[in-house]
Amino acid sequence: MFLCVVCGQNVFVTLVAQERVATRIVSLVPALTEMLFAVGAGSQVVGVSSYDDFPPEVQSRPRVGALLDPDVERILSLKPDLVLMYGSQTDLQGQFARAGIRVYSYRHGGIGNVLQTIRELGALSGHKVEGDRVTAQLQSRLDAVRTRVRSRPRPRTMLVMGRDAMALRGVYVSAGVGFLHELLDVAGAEDVFADVKREGIQPSNETMIVRAAQVIIELHPGDQPAPDILQKERSVWSLLSSVPAVRNGRVHLLYGGYLMSPGPRLAAAAESLARVLHPDAFVEAGPQVRP
Amino acid sequence: MSTSAVRRGPFGSAEQGEVPSIRTRLAVTIAGYGALAVATCVLAPLVGSTQISLARVFDRSIPFADNVDAQIFFVARMPRVLSGAVVGAALASAGVVMQALLRNPLATPFTLGVSAGAALGAILVITFSTAVSLGALSPVPLASLGGALLASAIVYGLATRPGRTMSTMVLLLAGVTLNSFFSALILFVQYMADFAQTYRTVRWLMGDLDVGSFGPIVASLPLVLVAFAMFAVLPRSLNLLSVGTDAASTRGVDVGRTQRLAFLSSSLATSAAVSLAGPIGFVGIVVPHLVRLMVGVDHRIVLPASALFGAAFLVGCDLVARTVLAPVEVPVGVVTAMLGGPFFLWLLVRRS
Repeated sequence: MFLCVVCGQNVFVTLVAQERVATRIVSLVPALTEMLFAVGAGSQVVGVSSYDDFPPEVQSRPRVGALLDPDVERILSLKPDLVLMYGSQTDLQGQFARAGIRVYSYRHGGIGNVLQTIRELGALSGHKVEGDRVTAQLQSRLDAVRTRVRSRPRPRTMLVMGRDAMALRGVYVSAGVGFLHELLDVAGAEDVFADVKREGIQPSNETMIVRAAQVIIELHPGDQPAPDILQKERSVWSLLSSVPAVRNGRVHLLYGGYLMSPGPRLAAAAESLARVLHPDAFVEAGPQVRP
Repeated sequence: MSTSAVRRGPFGSAEQGEVPSIRTRLAVTIAGYGALAVATCVLAPLVGSTQISLARVFDRSIPFADNVDAQIFFVARMPRVLSGAVVGAALASAGVVMQALLRNPLATPFTLGVSAGAALGAILVITFSTAVSLGALSPVPLASLGGALLASAIVYGLATRPGRTMSTMVLLLAGVTLNSFFSALILFVQYMADFAQTYRTVRWLMGDLDVGSFGPIVASLPLVLVAFAMFAVLPRSLNLLSVGTDAASTRGVDVGRTQRLAFLSSSLATSAAVSLAGPIGFVGIVVPHLVRLMVGVDHRIVLPASALFGAAFLVGCDLVARTVLAPVEVPVGVVTAMLGGPFFLWLLVRRS
């Protein structure tokens, strides 16, 4: 199997022999680490990035830096036979190529990329069957969410990925490209910034008023704060009182690392989004088991 | 703003010729630049990425919560325009005072580390998501104000000795060193932060006037007003100080007091401006030079003219920032630099 990865002007062609299964894998990308554990290759993971926090087993793995600060010496000392890294780390890819170590270059993209990546990592780590199974399972969970909300009206929704604490400033929202945008579609909503073909933008207050979202969902990677803080954070939106989501009390704050991770937990993220978008559709389903 | 006034000496009315008296010139300047600033502030809220109807904006029969046009006008545009005016006036005046204090045409309100201190405060709060707020000051502006005041206090402490005048050299070196030191700390914190936080800190550094309500502006006003009250007594001494400390003291200027006032006022104005809108560059250096080009070098004219022109300039730049690529927004600091940078270079080449 040939894996062709195009990064800028550099084309890396890594020969991945079917029979050569990677047994010592270093991952610089948290989402990819999750995928390895999901396909049952967790025991082959010998090093992880400084940002990895899921699954809990990663706590016991050596940390080897991340996008900006990969510790090449440390990675080499772990004697990996496969290193997973970002597509933009072209110099690093060259370094490992010279050292004769296989490199897997990660492409950030939509849900399709995530599923494809899980399949590829399953094959590379010798867990092809499991990789295909996990992928199929994810796909069917996503399909189930889509089916459950299919017949319902799709509210115009603004998905907020970041904001200054306790102020309606520095609001950063998902726009018309990327897995978060696609998750919104799966969960039965129209993205108010679908026409902006970028992963995210920082809209002005004026733009947010004009776009008039019917639902606003904020994603926070951390743990849910105390109720009084939560209340304060939600109430910053009261400034934009003409926005339907604000007037109708449809500003939702979701907390959890799984919400913004383009990995095996994205079906859970889709379910969380669908539950706040269409609570009626989940009445008989019972509470969600959070990953 | 008459052309005969352009080549006046630094001592203003001391060199009387056929030119009108300082009072007349001041009145004409304030009227002219004031009209420009007021016109900009009145016109800017009428323009934006969307069309609004003024009749609807002021139609009291529609409840505010239902009136989208009024919300755009009062929530999105007015606070932006007003914060632009306050920040522009504060940074431009602070630039004038800093250039006189340091006797260096390249000095800016950020030269002595105020903005780096503010940035460090903001970045710490963004990275460690602290949730401390004070009245209308949310965590990020509060921390940046704290950082700015701390940086000013450190530089002030280093450069002053009781009973002695400030050494401009020590002031400059302390400020520049503190700038680098804080910048290193900022890079370190950024390095520790995750991608989303790094993006947000970088975005903060580009400046943003979209404050969303009048609360943050009102919260910054006390500092700005104190600074402007101090600016008001400075111009005559600054005229003499910009010639040299010895020349100034022989003409009866209390050099130490003037320096302290100049430092404190410009630091206060800069701290308030940066905590309100982030470190918006180029306003503090381009506006004073542009104004000097138009009205000469007498600080009694330059200072008020810069404040008014700075307000108009920043409100204008923000108008470009919020409309040119809508719904995507260009950071206002990028606009001021893109308009101000080439202009400043042109000025530099033309002058030399």
